[in-house]
Amino acid sequence: MFGNLSDRLSDTFKNLRGKGRLSASDIDATLRDIRRALLEADVALEVVKVFIAAIRDRALGDEVSKALNPAQQVVQIVNDELTKILGEENKRIQFAKSPPTVIMLAGLQGSGKTTLAGKLAKWLKEQNQTPILVAADLQRPNAVTQLQVLGDKVGVPVFATEPGNGVGNPIKVAKDAIAHAKKAQFSVVIVDTAGRLGVDEEMMQQAIGIRDAVGPDEILFVVDAMLGQDAVNVAKAFKDGVGVTGVVLTKLDGDSRGGAALSVTNITGAPILFSSTGEGLDAFEPFYPERMASRILDMGDVVSLIEKAQKSFDEEESNKLAEQIINEEFTLQDFLEQMQQLRKMGNMKSLLGMLPGAGKMKQQLEDFDESEIARTEAIIFSMTPLERNGPKVLNGPRRQRIAKGSGTSVTEVNQLVNRFEQAAKVMKTMSKGGMPNIPGANPAAMGAAVGGGYIGGKKASKKKKGSKSGNPAKRAAENQGLSVPQPQESKPGSAFGLQN
Amino acid sequence: MFKFLKRLREKEADVATQSPEPETSSEIEGAPAKEPVITVAVSEPNARNEKEPVSKPELVSVELPRRSLKKGVRSLFDDSMDIEELEDILILADFGVETAEEITAELRREANKKGATTDPELRLMLKDLLVKRLGRNDAALNLDYGKLPYVILVVGVNGAGKTTTIGKLARWLKDGDWELVLGAADTFRAAAVDQLETWAKRAESPIVKPAQEGADPASVAYQTVEMAINTDADIAIIDTAGRLQNKKDLMDELGKIRRAVEKQAKISEVLLVIDATNGQNAMSQARAFAEVAEVTGIVMTKLDGTAKGGILYALQKELDLPIKLVGVGEQINDFAFFSPEEFAKGLVAKK
Repeated sequence: MFGNLSDRLSDTFKNLRGKGRLSASDIDATLRDIRRALLEADVALEVVKVFIAAIRDRALGDEVSKALNPAQQVVQIVNDELTKILGEENKRIQFAKSPPTVIMLAGLQGSGKTTLAGKLAKWLKEQNQTPILVAADLQRPNAVTQLQVLGDKVGVPVFATEPGNGVGNPIKVAKDAIAHAKKAQFSVVIVDTAGRLGVDEEMMQQAIGIRDAVGPDEILFVVDAMLGQDAVNVAKAFKDGVGVTGVVLTKLDGDSRGGAALSVTNITGAPILFSSTGEGLDAFEPFYPERMASRILDMGDVVSLIEKAQKSFDEEESNKLAEQIINEEFTLQDFLEQMQQLRKMGNMKSLLGMLPGAGKMKQQLEDFDESEIARTEAIIFSMTPLERNGPKVLNGPRRQRIAKGSGTSVTEVNQLVNRFEQAAKVMKTMSKGGMPNIPGANPAAMGAAVGGGYIGGKKASKKKKGSKSGNPAKRAAENQGLSVPQPQESKPGSAFGLQN
Repeated sequence: MFKFLKRLREKEADVATQSPEPETSSEIEGAPAKEPVITVAVSEPNARNEKEPVSKPELVSVELPRRSLKKGVRSLFDDSMDIEELEDILILADFGVETAEEITAELRREANKKGATTDPELRLMLKDLLVKRLGRNDAALNLDYGKLPYVILVVGVNGAGKTTTIGKLARWLKDGDWELVLGAADTFRAAAVDQLETWAKRAESPIVKPAQEGADPASVAYQTVEMAINTDADIAIIDTAGRLQNKKDLMDELGKIRRAVEKQAKISEVLLVIDATNGQNAMSQARAFAEVAEVTGIVMTKLDGTAKGGILYALQKELDLPIKLVGVGEQINDFAFFSPEEFAKGLVAKK
């Protein structure tokens, strides 16, 4: 996500990093780089101009020249301004006081409205809502069928009274759907509409007709993250036409720089509510503007990762693991359990992508083969408990047997053992509060590093007996007794190798 | 102009040089049948024919109803053209920073040299520059080497407009009197097969569908070619699932589809469909697809919106891939060959 923009800005900032003080010409040179980076990231020209002007004003002021570390200061300013444009708080969907809440989807052709409708329905269902989908795209061939298939998949009913393919009046369908939803007591109505161009008067009138018929609580403007300079025109047209209360960014799992996010929020003034990050119906999450801004600056989405980890990482087991790392008893059995824990957190790729610095490893991440984990599992399953607990006993014949048992080759077994040793080393370093040296090209070790980093962070604070933390809360906790597990949010720093 | 060859069928042997009346659409400028069709002389039996089994009919040249992309292109300039603002204007049209700088610099140089200052002079210079840079001789569809059936593979990211493109292309080729088979190898997206089927009906062409959702797209592609061969069709057009270019496993799947097709026939065209509203990411798309799927040409869709599609300039120049077709609307006939002349004229037109 925003990968290339992150890379660019971090290159730009690298030049600033070493400097003690910044001159006006330094700032201008940096701003030129930022301008170009933003334009190449498809941020709309008029947004770029405003953005650059704002940063220049702040950067040329006293703020920077008097600061101790000017480069950091510029990063901070850029980050602030990015956040300002992306929206400063996490906005949530507005539910109606008296149900049903009506959500209308609008956007260009091919932006991903129908797929999004399915994802949104699934998400709402998980939030204990009772959504119903309404097929009001009667234009595109078989959009209605597509919505029905999606509805079936996520177990949400679909209101489709017209066959589509150019037949039927979408305004009437939408109106009937609301009446039906009220009667049948659905809590949320999601209205899928046809894709339309901003300049298509007739189609825009139709969208307004649907809007007036259903009285939506939210009009979500669905935007393809790959959108270019035209984002401005499109956003203006939809804002002035049907109106926009929220934005959804789709196809964020691509390698687009996603500048459209900046353009669209800036033009519509509406917050980005959700982002859609893959083809699976689960690939859908709330949008966190402040995280996205820090992601652009390549600081990684640490908070997001921690939240995900909290959801599925078993507290007790991770404590046990932490103990073992202290005692240096980390075994292949633990390695296996840890890997299974990681898998619970979801798709390995999206998980690893959230790590700081991961922007640079993007291609490796994409190449990462999920079935690698299955193979690794098979190898460990083929080991005896003795072998799992002490990989040192693995001699030639044993390795051969394991390879046969797991349907792999001795080379692969060797690789796993090497990786394991590497990972164990990484974790040990981290458990001592050091910085992880993530071996980029080594997926399994990276996996270990994710889990290990997380645990190591926890332990780092436990172990730091001598050096009292600078954070008062932390220090208090340390003084109180080291067995109290720290809330995880407080220490992404050491865990993820962030430079302070 | 473009020379295309297809099979000569007995029933039409005597009317082969005459195009059937295509569906006309009154909203389109330069709609089919309003202008004279492009005629090409009947080909002589050539060496390639001899390799075909004796039972195969001879080849005949084909005409496609003429189309225009005029309605799709909007002018860059709201008022008179100012060379000082050109760079920004080109950036706004998605030409990209580098290209915009380069074009502006060259135009400025030339304007100084020729002493051109007036609005019409500058517009003409910009137009000529664009035409010169965009023109190339491989922009025709590669449908003339006579070894039938021709196979066209259509690829692209999600939502670019692949299925719609196939629908329009099929109708157009059908109007040009070709026999087609469509292959629904997008077995992933919900109802993608149904969507193509609707288009197949509109184009009065048979369709090969997967046995079930999620079936192997390569096998659908194989069956499509097989059916084209068995039914003596001229062209097989294969739809594929949308995939983002950074998904390696999905991209690798395209290679498999290619190999499946090539077991029975040569692939004439791999058309990469790119949404004109996409910005600079289109470069990344084209680069990745060109490498994996050996793209032979680009189809630029949704040019009828406010997007100017300036990225096509950089695409053609940097990746050396011809823009072959453009989509300019939702109607089945809103589709044309890419013409640098028309495109450039549209961009510099007075509002």
